[in-house]
Amino acid sequence: MTEILAITNLVKTFSQPGGGALTVLNIPSLKVAVGEQVALIGKSGGGKTTLLHLIAGLLVPDEGSIRIAKTEITRLSEQGRDRFRAGSIGYVFQTFNLMPAFTALENVKLGMTFGSGRRDSSRAGDLLERVGLADRAHYRPAQLSVGQQQRVAIARALAGSPKILLADEPTANVDPVSAENVLELIRNTCREEQVAMLMVTHDMEIASRFDRVEELDTINLALTGSHPD
Amino acid sequence: MSLLQIAWRNFCHRSLSSILTTISLGLGVGLVVLVLAVYGVISDAFTRTASVGYNLVVGPKGSPLQLTLNSVFYLSQPIENLPYDYYMEFFSQPERAEMVKRFGGNPELGERPGIFAPYVTGGYVIPLALGDYFGEFRVVGTTPDFFEKLRYGPNVDQPFSFSAGRALQGFSAEHSYFEAVVGSRVAGEMNVGVGDVIHPTHGAPTGHDHELGFTIVGVMNPTGTPNDRAAFVNLEGFYLMDGHAKPIENDEADATATANSETETEDPAADIDAESEVEATDYKLISIPQREVTSILVRNGNMMFGPGMQVAINEGIRAQAVAPIGEINKLMDAIVGPLLTALLLITLITCFVAAVGILVAIYNSMNDRRRDIAVMRALGARRETVTTIIVIESFLVAIIGAALGWVLAHGAIALYSERIEQQTGVRVGFFSTSNYELLILPLILTLSLIAALLPAFSAYRTDVASNLQK
Ligand SMILES: Nc1ncnc2c1ncn2[C@@H]1O[C@H](COP(=O)(O)OP(=O)(O)OP(=O)(O)O)[C@@H](O)[C@H]1O
Ligand SMILES: [Mg+2]
Repeated sequence: MTEILAITNLVKTFSQPGGGALTVLNIPSLKVAVGEQVALIGKSGGGKTTLLHLIAGLLVPDEGSIRIAKTEITRLSEQGRDRFRAGSIGYVFQTFNLMPAFTALENVKLGMTFGSGRRDSSRAGDLLERVGLADRAHYRPAQLSVGQQQRVAIARALAGSPKILLADEPTANVDPVSAENVLELIRNTCREEQVAMLMVTHDMEIASRFDRVEELDTINLALTGSHPD
Repeated sequence: MSLLQIAWRNFCHRSLSSILTTISLGLGVGLVVLVLAVYGVISDAFTRTASVGYNLVVGPKGSPLQLTLNSVFYLSQPIENLPYDYYMEFFSQPERAEMVKRFGGNPELGERPGIFAPYVTGGYVIPLALGDYFGEFRVVGTTPDFFEKLRYGPNVDQPFSFSAGRALQGFSAEHSYFEAVVGSRVAGEMNVGVGDVIHPTHGAPTGHDHELGFTIVGVMNPTGTPNDRAAFVNLEGFYLMDGHAKPIENDEADATATANSETETEDPAADIDAESEVEATDYKLISIPQREVTSILVRNGNMMFGPGMQVAINEGIRAQAVAPIGEINKLMDAIVGPLLTALLLITLITCFVAAVGILVAIYNSMNDRRRDIAVMRALGARRETVTTIIVIESFLVAIIGAALGWVLAHGAIALYSERIEQQTGVRVGFFSTSNYELLILPLILTLSLIAALLPAFSAYRTDVASNLQK
């Protein structure tokens, strides 16, 4: 299998407010194949968000390597990581995703503003249509339901034509019916766009539908059994 | 979406705060533009006035400024006069002999050339007699040379022109010596025109009326100089007005009277038109000892003689010579300039305060937008990009504010342009800009850039990972 994401011997340590360092992540190996959809489950405070930040290049690991497609992002400068993120990574957050000053359509367009890739202006509209919000294109986030907001966020995450979509509990703040919609949407769209996905979730039922489920508590050697919760 | 669009969205999103900051900056810029415009109009008016054509004003000893104010601006308290024989010092021997013959006086005066005559050769000498008023406007007794020789305008090449009638003549069959020409504002405000008779009042705007009237023969076109608010009358007529001849002892008066009548009979080819000669004899012109002039406008034929003549005159005990341009510039530098500079400083401080307003407004919004910044960073925006967006936002406030202020100020100027032109002769319209105004935009942009630095730095430092969690 061709890997889109390959993590080896990744270590992330945070300095503690009271002094000392806390190793949050120590992952010997984690791989995601091209087009694969992987669910990541784990305890609260287990380091799931931290892992996604590292993959997105928003945080820098202390050790180890993160390779996305052919790029070793740990070797990139901050600017290089920004540029890489703009072109290759889509990110969906748990909540508060959208920029309040911008309409739904503009939020989607923001997803392709900072990359150097194609700026096909019709793509934003197409994506909105794909997530079923063509008629809400000119609404502000405040005028959209939480589920609708999350769908806009998915469209935006895909706008830059990423190679991998990172989703951090995208359904946690949505009611069960909407959560179901959002989940199906994100999976289908990724499949259509041939985008690999790594989704963090608490929900075992949701996780069970994925190609593969990774349990962070298992693959993460840091703090095993000792982290406070 | 471009960064400009993003910045504009942010600007609109916080519309109340954005609009208020923009308005406060707009008012600041408007004030600066207004002060600059006033500065421009005033200095323009001063230059127009300083372009007088003559290079020296000679008057009785005293304050040079007051002499200038009287002679150039027709303002300030009236000053003392100079005797006519002093005025004659600017003329050659034949011209002096001519004057003695025409007006009567000590014949010795006509036997030598004037002391200052050599300095003048090729130039001109124009007498002014001040002291009367028409309404609130100064009446200026002068000779037809005033209209023939003097020029105005930035290049001092425009002769006076008339919206009606003509210039003064030495003598006319119709009105003899009692002709007047009024400036444009005098005609407008006193509501007089060609054919009307004006009665100057003596000494002050409220002084008593002279019985003799002057018939208006010309109304000047606006010149943008103090001449617009003066009424010019024939110097001879001025002297013939009640109380204008300097009182002299009796025998002297007799002597001059005889000399005068002699002149008329012996020399029919006087300085005046031959055909008017007959009627000219109807009026007995007053004699040289009775004559006085308030000031003398001199243009040296060769400008290099100006300073020499000025020194020569100032060394004497009776008179002083001042360079009006120097006095006008001194006035500008000493009073008007500092005042306007102070005003300008105050308005610039207003702009500075407005810029601080931008800083506060954007900085206050930084807490709200940290997550926005983190989101943009997560979408691939670089630190520099989010920083740039903040700076553009500040520039938007600056540019819109500057445009608003400019429009406000120029709208106000355009609204008052007619009055400004009437009062100063300076023509201003909505689009007339001073060179200084071109500096405002860079200045405001710099101020707004400085104002944006702190919030922009804060945007630059925004930590993505932690702000995405909030
Ligand atoms: N900047 C930081 N400085 C210090 N410690 C941090 C920092 N960010 C995260 N941590 C710690 O790292 C651990 C993992 O945090 P993380 O947010 O990755 O957990 P998570 O698995 O996403 O939890 P949840 O499911 O509740 O979102 C936590 O114990 C947290 O306190
Ligand atoms: Mg988390």
